[in-house]
Amino acid sequence: MLPALPIIIPLLTACACLLFGHRARLQRALAVLGAGGLLVAAITLFTRVWIDGVLVLYVGGWQAPFGITLVADTLAALMVLVAALMHLAVSVYSLANVDARRQRYGYFTFMNIMLMGVCGAFLTGDLFNLYVWFEVMLIGSFVLLVLGGGRAQMEAGIKYVTLSLLSSALFLAGVGVIYGIAHTLNMAHLSQRLTLAAEADPWLVVAASVLLLLSFGLKAAVFPLYFWLPASYHTPSPAVSAIFAGLLTKVGVYALIRVFTVVLPPSNYTLNLLLVTAGLTMLLGVFGAVSQSQIRRILSFHIISQIGYMVMGLALLVSPDPAIQRLSVAAAVFYIAHHIIVKTNLFLIGGTVRALTGTERLDRLGALLNRAPWLAILFLIPALSLAGLPPLSGFWAKLAIIKAGFEAQQYTLTVVALFAGLLTLVSMLKIWNEAFWKPAPDDEITPDDGDRNGPPSRRLALLVTPSIVLAVLTLAIGLYPQALLSASQRAAGELLDRAGYVSAVELRPEPVTQSETEKDAP
Amino acid sequence: MFVVMALLVGALYAAAFYLLLARSTVKLIFGLLLLGHAANLLIFSAGGLVRANPAIVPPGAESPLPGYADPIPQALILTAIVISFAVLAFAAVLVKRAYVESGTDDSEEMRASEQ
Repeated sequence: MLPALPIIIPLLTACACLLFGHRARLQRALAVLGAGGLLVAAITLFTRVWIDGVLVLYVGGWQAPFGITLVADTLAALMVLVAALMHLAVSVYSLANVDARRQRYGYFTFMNIMLMGVCGAFLTGDLFNLYVWFEVMLIGSFVLLVLGGGRAQMEAGIKYVTLSLLSSALFLAGVGVIYGIAHTLNMAHLSQRLTLAAEADPWLVVAASVLLLLSFGLKAAVFPLYFWLPASYHTPSPAVSAIFAGLLTKVGVYALIRVFTVVLPPSNYTLNLLLVTAGLTMLLGVFGAVSQSQIRRILSFHIISQIGYMVMGLALLVSPDPAIQRLSVAAAVFYIAHHIIVKTNLFLIGGTVRALTGTERLDRLGALLNRAPWLAILFLIPALSLAGLPPLSGFWAKLAIIKAGFEAQQYTLTVVALFAGLLTLVSMLKIWNEAFWKPAPDDEITPDDGDRNGPPSRRLALLVTPSIVLAVLTLAIGLYPQALLSASQRAAGELLDRAGYVSAVELRPEPVTQSETEKDAP
Repeated sequence: MFVVMALLVGALYAAAFYLLLARSTVKLIFGLLLLGHAANLLIFSAGGLVRANPAIVPPGAESPLPGYADPIPQALILTAIVISFAVLAFAAVLVKRAYVESGTDDSEEMRASEQ
């Protein structure tokens, strides 16, 4: 039951928020309560997985590989935990940042539906079910992106919707081809059968892998499939941007890692493709960021650049040495967890800057250091962590990736990674200089009063508290990286141990004789 | 039969991508529609095209008669059709709203989010 809770709780919260949409206070209370409940469930799940090992749930009592299986291994549990934390932070932030009209039109409902999709995608052990959770996540995100919107939001919505649906169609085609090859959809079962199929006809399996690679690459926004991201992520409410930035592309990266470690047989063709992609993603993302002059647009390009590092961790599996493989996948997992926390926080702080000044354009901002010194400190922690300065979480994430890169002897890529890190620092300092340091421009700054939900001080507290919690978390991971590091190492160990994954799922033995009881299932 | 299906799926993909690349956002919806059909037929063909019995367990027996068709691709397609129906309905409304907001259906002129 436990692995299903992170899916059920957001669903119930979404229904409750829909039912009480006309009662603003009750709906807000329910939303925060639901997010808190999800966090409690996620913590429980992670602790159980940490103590007892991989948890498997056969939905409806159908044994694998016939029914849908939910598999909570360390990676899935860790991702659910981080996602639940972001959900709670953004829900609290939304109370003060999302106006009453948007809340009445189902903001919290769709936020929870999206979270249900995200948690489902993390937990599922079935390839087609992964597609379904992607769609659940997408429909939630579509609505959130265009909710309450004007022209920019609608136009961004068209781009986002088109590219997302293209990605889904590619995924569906990939699933179809894989089903044609292996005649199963259960990930553990696929792991066995595709290995055999790849021995018979490696290129057929590679063709299916490339379809999945394209689909997840679109979702994760890797080069050259990232153009939808900077065209859309800066248009919705800051709270929506923050949860998108934190979670959605990372679900794509998660799917890449899951599928290319556990499900598909290792193939140097796809891994080399990923290797080149990773380098170009890092570099072009950070170039894009340097050329922008609006806070959320700079941060959007940084998402792309950082995705490059995570993909690099996966692509380093080309190295034949198991120790390096383990190191690089662990680095990727560490990077994802660190990045979700830091990136969400930066977008939240960008939203707070906008709430205080009414703009995000760097040429119209200035002197925030004098007006709000606490915000300046709050910005510096995740900004420097993103750039990879010690003693913050980003330092350990980058260090692990770079170490893996050198040990795998991928020197060009590693140097590119270091260079991209430097440019990240440059563009973070640009925000610092323009928004916080330089004197205020002459024209009058008007606070963004349009969506005020309460007395300013109370509203400000709701905006800042989530940022403080996330900043403290970044600092804590930086000062004591061992906790997250050992979790990522364990996740990497499980991902690379295909036999362990298969035995944890406990497939029914083949050949299948239909005489055994299947009737006790509903 | 396989050749016919392969050509059909290929033609659907070609038409879908042609429409996706068009500047009109209305054609975009039709492109997405065809893309879904192409993927569904691909699943159907890849799952195996056979003349066989439906996978129904006769009364008294414990398993379907041998030589039954695999029902799973059909179940997958059914799910995919339902999902794509819902999502395309959303996309149609979105295109309409974007047309109302920006006064154009030309995606080249939809640059408000990129300024």
